Amino acid sequence: MPTNQPIIRFQDVVKKFGPTTVLDGLNFDVARGERVTLIGPSGSGKTTILRLLMTLEELTDGYIYVDGEPLTHEERNGRRVARRPKDVSKIRRRIGMVFQQFNLFPNMRVIENVIEAPVHVLGKSKDEAREEGYRLLDQVGLKHRAEHHPLQLSGGQQQRVAIARALAMSPEILLLDEVTSALDPELVGDVLAVLREVAENTDISMLIVTHEMQFARDVSHSVMMFDGGKVVESGHPDKIFTNPDHERTKTFLQAIL
Amino acid sequence: MSWDWEFAIDVLPQLLEAFLRVTLVVTVVGSITAAVLGLIWAIGLRSLPPVPAKALAWVLDFIRMTPLPVQLLFLYYAVPTLSALQVGIIIIGIHYSTYMAESYRAGIDSIPKGQWEATRALSLPASRTWRAVILPQALRATIPSLGNWAIAMFKDTPFLIFIAAPEMVSVARNIGGNTFRYVEPFTIAGLIFLAASYPTAILMRKLENRLAY
Repeated sequence: MPTNQPIIRFQDVVKKFGPTTVLDGLNFDVARGERVTLIGPSGSGKTTILRLLMTLEELTDGYIYVDGEPLTHEERNGRRVARRPKDVSKIRRRIGMVFQQFNLFPNMRVIENVIEAPVHVLGKSKDEAREEGYRLLDQVGLKHRAEHHPLQLSGGQQQRVAIARALAMSPEILLLDEVTSALDPELVGDVLAVLREVAENTDISMLIVTHEMQFARDVSHSVMMFDGGKVVESGHPDKIFTNPDHERTKTFLQAIL
Repeated sequence: MSWDWEFAIDVLPQLLEAFLRVTLVVTVVGSITAAVLGLIWAIGLRSLPPVPAKALAWVLDFIRMTPLPVQLLFLYYAVPTLSALQVGIIIIGIHYSTYMAESYRAGIDSIPKGQWEATRALSLPASRTWRAVILPQALRATIPSLGNWAIAMFKDTPFLIFIAAPEMVSVARNIGGNTFRYVEPFTIAGLIFLAASYPTAILMRKLENRLAY
């Protein structure tokens, strides 16, 4: 496997919701192991990018490649054809996502949330998955909550469980969709600390949508500024946050910082 | 019109027997049939491609909007090999499955979109998505209403009188026809209905409370 192959490639991606064009011929690559933060005004399509990768939305046109393999559509004899659901799900398995609203399964205990997919998707034994699950819960500081139900936990704790649940699938790509936006301010720190640790200790490629600019600056290798369905500019976080080229980026950063 | 205690006590065993052997059997087997079929319909409505889903919805509407006695008579005469009891169970089960499907659907629709998205993000297969995530949550909202349908079904069993199934109210009428005393058998039959459905309703309410998170 060539290592210079981008882990994610968006090629001429178009996404429309009804008459509204959210992404307009978008092109970008993410290198393996790279952590990229997407910034831009709301409605600029950042979350849509994550949702397209997770196949929660269907793309209107264009192609998405994961590690060189087409995700939902491929070009065959010059025509754009949808891939079989089985093939899609095989690639999707390599991607994990953490949601703004956590989306833990309230009917399952914390540990059951974490081991559900490893057991029923990866086919691990219950014992093996459990052991790994406890290790991950320990990593996010919630081992003592393993037998609780999610709704007994604070928002920040739920989100840390959601991170453990996503990591339990050993994803190559992790999508973080405004993971701290629904949290009370005093709970944000713990969640970000966990994510920093994940960023430091793994080589999982990450696409991050966040309003936490300091966090973005600390953990990401590059920042992409979106507006109007296109990449306005991208580059090293230090550069984008301190000395952006584009007026649009400047006004956006001034507005939020 | 007078009340004869002795006669009332005399007819009680016959009515109870009819209750246990027909009314209760139809209700219990019919409820299970309706609960299982209703769930299948509800999942079908959600998972099938648009055209078959539309067709299924149409069939369910059709069943729901034709009277139960007509359906009973139809199957009874259309398939003479079936006994009145079998016809009763099949028709009542199917008829009420269409109502229960609506209850299931309401429960399924009440599950937040994020739950579905989480199952997709974890690549859970459809079977696990339904069995481990969606249904356990949806059923909490659905079970009380299923119970109410079962009680409604129970109270509809006298419609079996149309196909001469020996359920309790038919038996009460026969007793009346033979003795010219109708008050006691019908009163007792009514009381037996009450004695069975009231505790069931209370039980359902308790279950509802226990199912809350």
